[in-house]
Amino acid sequence: MDFFLEVLTGGLLAGVMYSLVAIGFVLIYKASGVFNFAQGAMVLFAALTFVSLVERGVPFWGAFALTLAAMVALALLIERAVLRPLVNRSPITLFMATLGLSYVIEGAAQALWGAQVHGLDLGIADEPLELGGMLLSQFDLFAAGTAALLVALLSFLFNRTRLGLSLRAVADDALGALAVGIRLPRIWAVVWAVAGFVGLVAGLLWGARLGVQFSLSLVVLKALPVLIIGGFTSMTGAIVGGLIVGAGEKLAEVYLGPLVGGGIENWFPYALALLFLLVRPAGLFGERAIERV
Amino acid sequence: MFYTEAGQFSGHYRADRRLFRLRQDRYALYALLLFAFAVVPAIGSDYWLNAILIPFLVLSLAGLGLNLLTGYAGQLSLGSAAFMAVGAFATYNLALRVPGLPLLVGIALGGVFAAAASVLFGLPSLRIKGFYLLVSTLAAQFFVQWLFTKVSWFSNDSASGVITAPPLRIAGHDLSNPAGRYLLTLGFVVALTLLARNVVKSELGRNWMAVRDMDTAAAVIGIPLARTKLLAFALSGFILGVAGALWAFTYLGTVEPHGFDLSRSFQVLFIIIIGGLGSIAGNFLGAAFIVLLPIGLSLLSGLLPPGVIDAGQLENLQKIVFGLLIIGFLIKEPEGLARLWQQLRERARVWPLRY
Amino acid sequence: MTEISSPLLRLEGISLSFKGVKAISDISFDVARGRITALIGPNGAGKSSLLNVINGVYRPQAGRIVFDGEVRRRMDPHRAAVRGIARTFQNIALFKGMSVLDNVLTGRNLKRRSSWLEQALRIGRAPAEDDAQRRRAEEVIAFLHLQPWRHTLVSKLPYGLQKRVELARALAAEPKLLLLDEPMAGMNAEEKREMSRFVADVNREFGTTVVLIEHDIGVVMNLSDHVVVLDYGRKIGDGPPDEVRRNPEVIAAYLGTRH
Repeated sequence: MDFFLEVLTGGLLAGVMYSLVAIGFVLIYKASGVFNFAQGAMVLFAALTFVSLVERGVPFWGAFALTLAAMVALALLIERAVLRPLVNRSPITLFMATLGLSYVIEGAAQALWGAQVHGLDLGIADEPLELGGMLLSQFDLFAAGTAALLVALLSFLFNRTRLGLSLRAVADDALGALAVGIRLPRIWAVVWAVAGFVGLVAGLLWGARLGVQFSLSLVVLKALPVLIIGGFTSMTGAIVGGLIVGAGEKLAEVYLGPLVGGGIENWFPYALALLFLLVRPAGLFGERAIERV
Repeated sequence: MFYTEAGQFSGHYRADRRLFRLRQDRYALYALLLFAFAVVPAIGSDYWLNAILIPFLVLSLAGLGLNLLTGYAGQLSLGSAAFMAVGAFATYNLALRVPGLPLLVGIALGGVFAAAASVLFGLPSLRIKGFYLLVSTLAAQFFVQWLFTKVSWFSNDSASGVITAPPLRIAGHDLSNPAGRYLLTLGFVVALTLLARNVVKSELGRNWMAVRDMDTAAAVIGIPLARTKLLAFALSGFILGVAGALWAFTYLGTVEPHGFDLSRSFQVLFIIIIGGLGSIAGNFLGAAFIVLLPIGLSLLSGLLPPGVIDAGQLENLQKIVFGLLIIGFLIKEPEGLARLWQQLRERARVWPLRY
Repeated sequence: MTEISSPLLRLEGISLSFKGVKAISDISFDVARGRITALIGPNGAGKSSLLNVINGVYRPQAGRIVFDGEVRRRMDPHRAAVRGIARTFQNIALFKGMSVLDNVLTGRNLKRRSSWLEQALRIGRAPAEDDAQRRRAEEVIAFLHLQPWRHTLVSKLPYGLQKRVELARALAAEPKLLLLDEPMAGMNAEEKREMSRFVADVNREFGTTVVLIEHDIGVVMNLSDHVVVLDYGRKIGDGPPDEVRRNPEVIAAYLGTRH
């Protein structure tokens, strides 16, 4: 039983890391209706930029600020060069554009900073910590704390500021928001920039865990089942979905993996997400629109 | 002028349904087929056949398979490579375990297995829509790859799941030389393209497009949504499966499950975006583009002094160019190269006038 | 009920709500065979929702539907189509990536007997059937004067013509009951006259029973044999046009008086 609890808690904490990627995704989907496949590439770009700056002798917070500036610039560029020309096009077209975008960002990040693996040390020891009789990863606890802080920050931004009000208006009804004088392009740029910031945080944590390398871009594939389970439009959903996927994955790895030869972590979250979908076709927290005809 | 349509009327509905309504188009097609079947194998160098024409044909076929599902029936899929893998591994195992099975039957049955897998992973489409469906096709992508890697029975216990081509013989003729492999591929591609073209012009094709354009209205006029969607998955899976078998055995010769990874699925998707969603000819244009672009880029970089662009940078550059092209096409020409080709043809039809 | 024959459609106590919000409450009425029935009422009265209940797009929480002698708790869209209910939509629901001819042909999908494989290989029953379907589709296209546009993509047509193509697609199914959701919305007077004539012709020549939603009271009074008035999901009037016109509750609803 203790072992079970330990696996479960470890899984839940690991799941938070998935949520981090999913949150950036939810932000963009809510505000611009874009299913942003490039979120993973943004994580890679941010982490690679940050680590390369640090390796060139830039201090931590300086590198953080510079990377953030780069992410904002990227967001502005995306808004201008991709989103604006594609306004009013079908969601599938926009999704495919973000596929192209992910190729561009990945290619550019590696062309700029090289393809080798960089180590990233955030100064948190990845040593197990004994807590209430369970061995927990110190790093995972730190990641969970960071995620909680980030969510608190984002919900403050969304619920307590004028910008947040505009964001919610746009998410609710883009045309209506336009009619009351909210400037959509600016909102999009802001949201993509915030998503870039979330990507940076995710990139640092994931980079510290896995090393900064191309495979960071693939965390988007981990975030997808998380989103499906949580629903595309809910921040809470992204968190809960991450916890479910994290826990489910770990438990399956430990209890199911040995029976089938292991290595199931690539597809298991998807199978889990499919099961959820069969019961709730728009995810746990997603809203199912009433079809008006 | 030479493209004149004067005097060409369809006297009967049947004539209106022909492959090409205009005589010139039909003759051009016959000439192209004659050239492809008779002239190319005779004059094509091994490099052209092996490195350009065969992969071009197979990728066109894979594009065709995905285009039926995504371009016509409107079901987004990121799992094309999984069904290609099923086709390849099924064909391999059939050839291995069923003695005396003719090669053509083996490849076709490989397609049938892929169709079955495709229907299985298409089942969720009856309940979930749009982006949520991605989860099902991605599940197929990862599960199939895992299955063929983990369960060594599928690769007859070979190291890391590598499978090798069965003997390429049809009725005693050895087809393992480049020209033979080219002809085998071409035969499948032509036959399946004609079939697919007929399907999209038929009731089923119209039903697919109806589901794609507005599924509520499709249901209201009595189109059976479940059957229509599943048939799209089945036919798409069949064609992808055959394409997978050809990719493995007429192009590569040996393949491991990793050869059918997610980036292969993306490649197929890019073919239909660049070529044109909902177009048959577009698959060929898109595939040609995707095969030729890397070759063109490396030729170009060869012109630069050595050392300016290394292999790694060339790959990054390729990614950037592909990504930009995708975005560019979606913005400027969402109907892809097929649309540009059509515009050129319209020009020719009225030439030398402008309208 | 002055009709001697049984009504084609009878709604009994239909109630529908979305997430607790009542859209239709306890509505009953009959649609007589071969007649044109108009559904009128202010925006949000539940007219479109009612059409959606009749052909099974929405599922009512209470009540039953009797169509052509068959009693059902609720319809489903496919079943409705098979039984002979066709419709057009308030916001045009054509298949935008297809030509006029192809759109009309989709309306005939239930009349097919040959399998998809026969059609793909052009063998067996398919070729003769293709000809027959095409001929029927061309008849509908001719009936609605759409010949010049048969090979045009519907998304390239002006709004008024799109409305007509939608009617053509519905007619192609040779329905017993035709549901028209605001067929004349957004049209000018000339276009409205034209569309009214088409609807009347359909009704007269094929004997098709029509239920239509329309806001233009002039059109309704001229075209329909029977009028049902809805307001806030309730039925407030039901009868011949002249009678309904004098109904005080209807007048109140239309003039916006408190009631």
